[in-house]
Amino acid sequence: MTAEPALQTPEEKVSYLAAGHSVRSWLLTTDHKRIAILYLISITGFFFIAGIAAALIRLDLLTPQGDLLTNEGYDRAFTLHGIVMVWFFLIPSIPNTFGNFLIPLMIGAKDVAFPRLNLLSWYIYVLGGLFTVYVLIVGGVDTGWTFYTPLSTMFANGHVIAVAIAVFIVGFSSILTGLNFIVTIHKLRAPGMTWGRLPLFIWSHYATSLILVLATPVLAVTLVLLASERLFHLGIFDPALGGDPLLFQHLFWFYSHPAVYIMILPAMGVISELVSAAAHKRVFGYWFIACASLAIAAVGFLVWGHHMFVAGQSIYASAIFSFLSLVVAVPSAIKVYNWTATLYKGDIRIDPPLLFAMAFIGLFTIGGLTGLMLALLAIDVHVHDTYFVVAHFHYIMVGGAVSAFFGALHFWWPKITGRMYSLIWGRISAGLIFFGFNLTFFPQFILGYLGMPRRYHVYPPQFQTLNVLSSAGASLLAAAYVLPFFYLVYALRNGAPAGPNPWNAAGLEWTTPSPPPKHNFETTPEVDRPAYDYPLAKRSADG
Amino acid sequence: MSGLFQLAPPEASAHAAQVDHIFLGFLALTVLLTAPVFVLLIYYAAKYRQGRPADRTHAPSRGPLIETSWAVIPFLLAIGFFVWGTFLFFQGSRAPLDALTINVVGKQWMWKFEHPGGQREIDALHVPTGRPVRLVMTSQDVIHSLYLPALRLKQDVLPGRYTSLWFNADRPGVYAIRCAEFCGFDHSVMGGRFIVMRPEAYARWLAQAGTDGSLADQGFKLFRAHGCSGCHSDQSTRRAPALAGLYGRATPLEDGRIVTADDQYLRDSILYPARDVAAGYAPIMPTFAGQLSEAEVLRLVAYLKSLGPKEPAQ
Ligand code: HEC
Ligand code: HEM
Ligand SMILES: [Cu+2]
Ligand SMILES: [Cu+2]
Repeated sequence: MTAEPALQTPEEKVSYLAAGHSVRSWLLTTDHKRIAILYLISITGFFFIAGIAAALIRLDLLTPQGDLLTNEGYDRAFTLHGIVMVWFFLIPSIPNTFGNFLIPLMIGAKDVAFPRLNLLSWYIYVLGGLFTVYVLIVGGVDTGWTFYTPLSTMFANGHVIAVAIAVFIVGFSSILTGLNFIVTIHKLRAPGMTWGRLPLFIWSHYATSLILVLATPVLAVTLVLLASERLFHLGIFDPALGGDPLLFQHLFWFYSHPAVYIMILPAMGVISELVSAAAHKRVFGYWFIACASLAIAAVGFLVWGHHMFVAGQSIYASAIFSFLSLVVAVPSAIKVYNWTATLYKGDIRIDPPLLFAMAFIGLFTIGGLTGLMLALLAIDVHVHDTYFVVAHFHYIMVGGAVSAFFGALHFWWPKITGRMYSLIWGRISAGLIFFGFNLTFFPQFILGYLGMPRRYHVYPPQFQTLNVLSSAGASLLAAAYVLPFFYLVYALRNGAPAGPNPWNAAGLEWTTPSPPPKHNFETTPEVDRPAYDYPLAKRSADG
Repeated sequence: MSGLFQLAPPEASAHAAQVDHIFLGFLALTVLLTAPVFVLLIYYAAKYRQGRPADRTHAPSRGPLIETSWAVIPFLLAIGFFVWGTFLFFQGSRAPLDALTINVVGKQWMWKFEHPGGQREIDALHVPTGRPVRLVMTSQDVIHSLYLPALRLKQDVLPGRYTSLWFNADRPGVYAIRCAEFCGFDHSVMGGRFIVMRPEAYARWLAQAGTDGSLADQGFKLFRAHGCSGCHSDQSTRRAPALAGLYGRATPLEDGRIVTADDQYLRDSILYPARDVAAGYAPIMPTFAGQLSEAEVLRLVAYLKSLGPKEPAQ
């Protein structure tokens, strides 16, 4: 990494960034902070690849007959987009970068419990990524990210096996990371860092790790079954061979619904940190939020059937899944209300992290409530597999989780790099992302209710206006996502030194120099106070 | 009409109108629950902005009572909608006994429909108003999903299985049929026209549409052509169960199970006879998988049903 910024400030000279400059020192590092950076670079690459696929899709949908791509090309574009975004960007995004960087810092540890395992999980991720790149180069897959059988096992002619291997492999990276986090949080908390003093970021990563460890193996098994049917005609899912295609859907969603919480829980943890730091005030209802994370992780395993209301499952099963899907929304609702209440009587700085957090709250709320609409049986029968669902999950995964990712990037960038970026540009990009996002995805709710199915390359002309609006939004959104790249990288060399705590925030990570030294803390910190111990909260606790 | 100003597809049935009602009702609840969040986020951010004078004393950091109430109250409100939505859904799952049954076969990438009188159509479905219509559907290859936006209904169409859908359309017109489940290259053009007609017009359409006899008659021809009658008839020398009156009956199987002989059972008995062997008979019936198309099996089933008086209990 010779492109590294010159390390000028005294903090930088003794930081983890200064602990070796060779490529080798990065590729063989076991420092959780450097591994976080390795992940940051690799997921950014995949975000870019999947983003190009999205751009192709939106360009193609400018006209009803889809002039840019063939039907086959279009199918390959959305399949690749989904697979890469889900498994190679969003699932690892916050946990593997910010989780890796921050969990040890936040609990007062020198590193994660198994530093070498941590590096191994990055290599596994890269190996899975290489398989994906291979699939991309040799022509792609056309099954959709959901791999429904018997289309994927008996009919699709893309590189299904190779991509199944890619996803299978990357799953082990998730499992190892989850395991590492669980052990780290149990075993490496500094003296005095009781469970009740953990930042909510830790709680949400703890819940996420549980899901990673428990759900990902199911995906692995499912992919193995899928590959064996495709290769050896085993007759597990294909009715022509005596199998049951719904079995595949049950297995797939038994993993993939919990997986949506893998994507959103870490984002929620980020938002708790961002909101409280901006308000300089303890998060409202710490225990409700902490327990809500665990409740989501638990109940999230019981709702998979809401993806199958019209698939042919028993109507009584559907009724139960519908009910449980309403239950799983309760903890999310608590969080949204509690974040809002956190701002009440705060001492609020409206910096980029708060703007991203506000964008998250707004968009996540819309995504969550439309999720409830989809959980209502009569409504879902109409809008299932239409653009309404596409809009729903993008409001949560992109409007929510990706905004949180950018919020985290803007909040902890000074800690990670030691430099401050332009706050003005930060505010502009938060605004552009919010606006571009809504322009892209709001029209899709209407399209869905009007009856435009998803995964349509050719669509009836009456849907064109809304599609053009959506594509216009997408180009704005793309520009808005690229913008931070410039000012953040610019800040690496030219930003003002950030100092240990530029936001005046509570939390152990802000007690270290920016960037932190290789071993995080000179002496192991002793913790004698709760998280978010801001003067405002204290004053009210005293009086 | 431009898509921008239209917010919902036309409503061709009472059910469609009810789905729109529950949707709008829930939308209203959504606004009620989120407006405070959106307003307060901005209001607090402005009011308690750093440097602004404001009363910041006694800032609360917890409130179990209020937290419980904003967990429980929205939940209870949502439960009301759960009951409503489930009720509508259940209503849509139980077809009335007198429904007109139309067979549907999906295949890459077309929809085939067969009316009881034997009239066939591809990528178009004619139905009468004011009468329940039941679609019995299956797929010849991958999973498809029959989607009728004007009725706010869809149902996945699976290979190896019958699924069904029923409706009572009440507004004549021409609406869309689409495929909602991704099924390969031409998924997005796998659609057609859904034509709702007054009963007289439907009768005229049936009369002019060509037919080789009713579905049951066509089934009977297949029954003879494929040698079913060689075993399943009184004159037969081989021992095979009589099929008259079978449909809808509780049928004991060799392995001790008792199953209701519904459409699915008849289909599987023809294609996979070894799976469910009728009690007291030797498993000598050959499989017809690969010899009969799904549409032919549906015709055979129609014939077998015409021999039996009862609809199976739903
Ligand atoms: C070789 C003689 C033979 C031929 C040909 C034959 N079947 Fe059968 N069928 C049987 C026997 C024996 C049984 C009972 C054992 C079993 O269930 O497999 C049976 C069972 C059935 C059943 C289930 C009856 C019940 O009481 O559960 C159905 C339905 C049926 N046959 C339909 C057909 C049709 C339709 C055809 C023609 C496509 C056909 N069969 C051809 C011998 C035959
Ligand atoms: C607030 C709680 C939520 C509820 C009640 C909910 C409900 C639903 C329902 C019922 C569906 C199925 C719709 C259909 O296919 O017809 C669905 C789809 C989906 N949801 Fe959610 N959801 C919630 C939260 C989330 C979260 C947090 C995420 C992601 C981070 C998410 C991502 C998705 C995705 C990706 C799909 C579509 C999958 C596909 O078919 O490709 N949802 N949601
Ligand atoms: Cu789900
Ligand atoms: Cu299709």
